Amino acid sequence: MDSALIPDGVKRCPISRFALGIVIVGAVLLWGVFAMLLVWIKGLNQTNMNNAYGFALWIWADLGVIALGGGAFFTGFLRYIVGKDELKNIINYAVLIGFICYSSALLILAIDIGQPLRGWFIFWHANVHSMLTEVAFCLSCYFGVLCVEYIPLLLENRQIDRVPFFHNLAHNMHEIMAVFAATGAFLSFFHQGSLGGVAGVLFGRPFGYREGIFIWPWTFFLFTWSAAACGPCFTILVTKLTEKIAGKKLVKDNVIELLAKISGWMLATYIVAKIIDTWYWAVVTAPSKGYALMDFYSGNPGSVYKIWLLAAEIVLGGVVPALILITAKGRRNSTALWIAVILASGGVLLNRWVMVLQVLAVPVMPFASWAMYFPSWQEIATTILPVAYGIILIMFSYRYLPIFPQEAELNPIERPGSGALESVQEDTAREADAAQDTDLAPASA
Amino acid sequence: MFPFNFEWIWDMSHMVFHGGLWYALSIIGMGMTYCIIKAVVDTCRGKGRHH
Repeated sequence: MDSALIPDGVKRCPISRFALGIVIVGAVLLWGVFAMLLVWIKGLNQTNMNNAYGFALWIWADLGVIALGGGAFFTGFLRYIVGKDELKNIINYAVLIGFICYSSALLILAIDIGQPLRGWFIFWHANVHSMLTEVAFCLSCYFGVLCVEYIPLLLENRQIDRVPFFHNLAHNMHEIMAVFAATGAFLSFFHQGSLGGVAGVLFGRPFGYREGIFIWPWTFFLFTWSAAACGPCFTILVTKLTEKIAGKKLVKDNVIELLAKISGWMLATYIVAKIIDTWYWAVVTAPSKGYALMDFYSGNPGSVYKIWLLAAEIVLGGVVPALILITAKGRRNSTALWIAVILASGGVLLNRWVMVLQVLAVPVMPFASWAMYFPSWQEIATTILPVAYGIILIMFSYRYLPIFPQEAELNPIERPGSGALESVQEDTAREADAAQDTDLAPASA
Repeated sequence: MFPFNFEWIWDMSHMVFHGGLWYALSIIGMGMTYCIIKAVVDTCRGKGRHH
């Protein structure tokens, strides 16, 4: 039924199975949309946020998806600026994942500000002394960059690509993609950093407060570093998940291995910096504010805020995946790779949770006690909403767009009647020849 | 955002913040404009018609 829209040389599941998947995930999406409308119509009283928790589940989700979406800017940086050519085979998917993460972040912010109709105030009446203004500027601009990077993929749909103008437009956009990738890396460095800077400059909250260089606390650099390290791990994780669900290989091992190796070294250096930062904060910064390390991990009876949280973040979410990814044996072992990318993605999410919620939970007055918070169902539903939206966008993009350039080569299709396996490599070669005749290489090349 | 907004001041903070914003927006805008104009010219010259 929709075979004319499916990329050349690849096989997709029947439309009925695809539609069933969309209906199931769509039901979850509608649940989230219902909760979102409740928040917009009735207001922030639909949440369990209170005077202690002005930042809550949504802001954690925001920081989490932005860190996980860091795979797009860092892979783009490696591909277009550093010149790691092999990564052209995974950059499309990294861009798609980044696009989903950043559009989700903007959606969550639109819900969180309570008055979305006044969302433009942050641009029009910008507070130039706020790190969050920098975040808003860079986040919006970088989402624009991601749209620019995603548009050529849309234009490469088999039917759209037949229109000469769209074909030429996609080709031209690919030609200057390095400029957009460099802009994206510049913007990402600042907004990832400023998100960390927000916690680091809170001198009234010794759990988050850090010293630093000039106006930038150490958390500024640690957030950018961790996003560059764990974002590509999330890209690998989603790629592996997609391969499992599709039941076929989509990216060659050498590509995954290269990205895993770079992520591993980024993660290893990050975790060393994080350990030094934690040690200095525990023995110098926090005591200078009148706190001992264990004051932050005493918690309420039954509270989750115990010292194991710090150990889990640093050891399980940092040291273990870094050790797996920097060793060739670890990267090449499928199970170990799965464990490493899951732990790294979980580790960065835990870090963002701690830097958003534990910062607010720790009492800062002698008479205050630990502030506890559990999100309302509306907050949970609106946090799951972007996940459902992301799955749907991946389903459509995978089905109708040439996201994985190596898929056809890795999964040759048996041609009915020919009785032999005809590699789609030949199709690609024929297309390349045709393109050469007209002085236009395929846009994905 | 603009010098004609009532709260605008010509100080370093405004110039750095908004300079960065307009710098990024300009690159995105000019990049897309270049691509679209070149695509129109290429299409008029008959490129990409083999599809």
